[in-house]
Amino acid sequence: MAGIYIHIPFCKQKCTYCDFHFSTSFKSYREKMIQAICLELTQRVDYLQNQSISTVYFGGGTPSLLTKEELKKIVDTVSKNYTVEEDFEFTLEANPDDITEAQLEMWKAAGVNRLSIGLQSFLQEDLDWMNRAHTAIESESAVRLAKKFGFQLTVDLIYGLPNRSLNDWKNNIQKLTSLDPEHISAYCLTIEKRTALHHMVDKGDLPQVSEDDQSEQFEMLLQEMNNAGYHQYEISNFAKGENYSRHNSNYWNGVDYLGIGPSAHSFDGKSRRWNIANNPKYIKGIFEGFSNHEDEILSSTDQFNELLLTGLRTKWGVNYKKLSELHKPSEAFIKQLNSFRSFGLIQEETDTILLTQKGKLQADYIAAMLFLEE
Amino acid sequence: MKNIRNFCIIAHIDHGKSTLADRLLQTTGTISDRDMQSQALDDMELERERGITIKSHAIQMDYEHDGEKYTYNLIDTPGHVDFSYEVSRSIAACEGALLIVDASQGIEAQTISNLYLALEHDLEIIPILNKMDLPGAEPEEVTDQIVDLIGCDPSDVIPASGKTGLGVDKILEAILTRIPAPSGDPKAPLQAMVFDSVFNPFRGIIAYFRVMNGAMHKGEKVKFLNTGESYTADEIGILRMTPQPRNVVKTGDVGYIISGIKQAKDVKVGETITNHENPCETAVKGFEDVKPMVFAGIYPVDTDDFEELRYSMEKLQLNDSSLVFEPESSAALGFGFRCGFLGMLHMEIIQERLEREFNMTVITTVPNVSYFCYTKKEPTVRQIVNNPSELPDPSIIEMIEEPYIKAQVITKSEYVGQVMNLCVEKRGELQNQVYLTQDRVEITFNMPMAEIVFDFYDRLKSVSRGYASFDYHPIGYQSSDLVKLDVLLNHEQVDALSALVHRSNAFDLGKKICLKLKELIPRQQFEIPVQASIGAKVIARETIKALRKDVTAKCYGGDISRKRKLLEKQKQGKKRMRQVGRVEVPQEAFLAVLKLND
Repeated sequence: MAGIYIHIPFCKQKCTYCDFHFSTSFKSYREKMIQAICLELTQRVDYLQNQSISTVYFGGGTPSLLTKEELKKIVDTVSKNYTVEEDFEFTLEANPDDITEAQLEMWKAAGVNRLSIGLQSFLQEDLDWMNRAHTAIESESAVRLAKKFGFQLTVDLIYGLPNRSLNDWKNNIQKLTSLDPEHISAYCLTIEKRTALHHMVDKGDLPQVSEDDQSEQFEMLLQEMNNAGYHQYEISNFAKGENYSRHNSNYWNGVDYLGIGPSAHSFDGKSRRWNIANNPKYIKGIFEGFSNHEDEILSSTDQFNELLLTGLRTKWGVNYKKLSELHKPSEAFIKQLNSFRSFGLIQEETDTILLTQKGKLQADYIAAMLFLEE
Repeated sequence: MKNIRNFCIIAHIDHGKSTLADRLLQTTGTISDRDMQSQALDDMELERERGITIKSHAIQMDYEHDGEKYTYNLIDTPGHVDFSYEVSRSIAACEGALLIVDASQGIEAQTISNLYLALEHDLEIIPILNKMDLPGAEPEEVTDQIVDLIGCDPSDVIPASGKTGLGVDKILEAILTRIPAPSGDPKAPLQAMVFDSVFNPFRGIIAYFRVMNGAMHKGEKVKFLNTGESYTADEIGILRMTPQPRNVVKTGDVGYIISGIKQAKDVKVGETITNHENPCETAVKGFEDVKPMVFAGIYPVDTDDFEELRYSMEKLQLNDSSLVFEPESSAALGFGFRCGFLGMLHMEIIQERLEREFNMTVITTVPNVSYFCYTKKEPTVRQIVNNPSELPDPSIIEMIEEPYIKAQVITKSEYVGQVMNLCVEKRGELQNQVYLTQDRVEITFNMPMAEIVFDFYDRLKSVSRGYASFDYHPIGYQSSDLVKLDVLLNHEQVDALSALVHRSNAFDLGKKICLKLKELIPRQQFEIPVQASIGAKVIARETIKALRKDVTAKCYGGDISRKRKLLEKQKQGKKRMRQVGRVEVPQEAFLAVLKLND
């Protein structure tokens, strides 16, 4: 079992908060990029060592910008070169403004069975300063339409926004739950370096939201999700029933994945590699047969730490036995664990370390303090 | 002897002393153009980087005039007030001084006090207007300042530029014609004065001296009058770009001696060297045992490094005898040292050298001055308090005295108001105000030394936009209404944060300290009260709220590696913090008091 991630590094316009790799002026090399992605898929066919593919994920950038031919070309290359499981999850990220009947039909025909809709907010004002390409009205109709076509849906929301009250956030959540997607991802706004948003906050054009306000909104989110019948299976991810993102769950459970396209990361259990985050250089590398990437060999300490940082975020927690196989937990580790327990941040079930509700708000801190050092 | 000239240079920082000295060395052929690097005399990396002179240096040059050969000894001195004793000894070794003034800046406070020192020693002053090449040069105005100050003739002032070489020949000639040759009795017993020493890992201490009377011979048994110790002059010589061994150094000349001494503290600046068998009758006047003015705790960041810190401090002391230290322990910081420094710059230098030369990262506590405390029981017995946490309980204290200084500030007239306000806020009492020119004012204050240890320099710089220079000298102790301000974190007193402050400032300061600590100490799992108190009375309080949120929104395939590294860093940062009771305190918090106005 393994996953394939394909990065489509194109966008119509630049969202102010986004620090992912993409370009908005790609006309000249668009065709070359698709060719390069297909070529990389064939070049790296051995990376997953014949594991069957249980999930394929088109992320970006904006994969909903792909034409029928482009999408088909990539999908064909995947199915020709990899053993894809029968009931595999095939997710495509789509922006509301790209969701039309024709597009939905096209995606369906290409085999996409799950759509991840970057909706972010139902308030036009928010979408404006985020510089999103869609409008608040499009948001709602896109979800309804996609649902009609029978896709499994996941919708993104962002909270912790400047100038928003707790009540605004509650309304946003309730509006979304009333549309009844199977899955919701809700992210607290992060001000990343080298983004327009960072600049806006620095200049004082947008106020910074306090940690306390963000925390209250997070708590509100948990409450509302629970009321609407979603359960939290990762810090920012909520599902109805068993509708987890299988692809993303694999990241948190240490399953291997192959990342294709500029900036994409790959993982084979013991090492990680990532492609260069530069479109022309990526294309050049692939065509000339030397790939522009960096590698990182994960020591057993790195693996131990990654197990903690990903596992603690999920409802499955961190398996104590798996940890112990990498490193026998030290006295300091046990002591730290006990201290977190006494503060009500973690709870333990047989063989598993889990975060409490309070602990979920401090997942990074807890993971960091439990880290082993080389 | 009649062909020797000994001189030093008096200049404010950045007035071009080093560059002009470099030109003199080049013009006299002392240093070849090929070997030339700027600030040739400052051989410490720290000196070059900061553009300051920390140690005194000496260098001999040859000068030819009308077919006759002359020997010039230039003694380069630190200009900073922290090292004013060293400066006074260098001055005592000379007959003349070059007074270098930046033609665009004018005279500064430090220049004046060093100039007075030179005049006290009857040195012949050669005034030089430097940086004449700068477009902002105001030669007439600055010349007037100089004339007013030393009462010379305007035509005595030599226009110069270290950059273009203007005036260098005139300066060399003036040294010959204006500065008198040394006087002294060649037939008298040896009497030489040490004006500095350096430590060499292979040779031990190399002491620099000026022969006042008699001569020093290689191999003779010499006696250090103040310590009473005798040594053999294993090697003596003169100082060119490198030391050059000689068999004899005669009356009036400047040289060095290597005699197997291992530690700088055995060769005090100002010491008199004489012959063991045939000693001179008196020591050279002006010897003082320099006393530290500022004290602070220095602690290893990692408690396990205490022994290594001790070793590093001992090594440092080998070539800096003005550094004194003794072990102390703090409930908050563990084992460390209470160190005495000549001043704030000296403290900074020591800290920086520990990091650079010994790779020691240290926690420095808030510096303080040395107080005298008298108890009710023994009101005549003076107790010296070098650490606020050692102050006896207030109920048994009869009186506390603190050191006062006379402070001189020279600034532009437009900043006089702000500078006065600052000095008054710092408990200064105005003594005098003189307009040096229409635009430049010299203000003299008496104020507690403790006040300049806090954030005086930075404040002075900011209220005057950099147009103020400052100098001071101690004027003795006065009784003051001082209280010990304690800081409590999570209800536990942190000894390393205690400070002695004037009662009238205590409330304001307490509030500011609490606020600053709130800013510097990260949120933790529980709420932390930060309190300032005088005795049992809490006078200010802030609260560091418990940590609530520390989690990033996204953690997908492309985020994991970066995130792991971020969290590793977070853990590293936590390791560098000090546990005080239950609270983790970052290093910089221990210096919080110094940064209250940031």
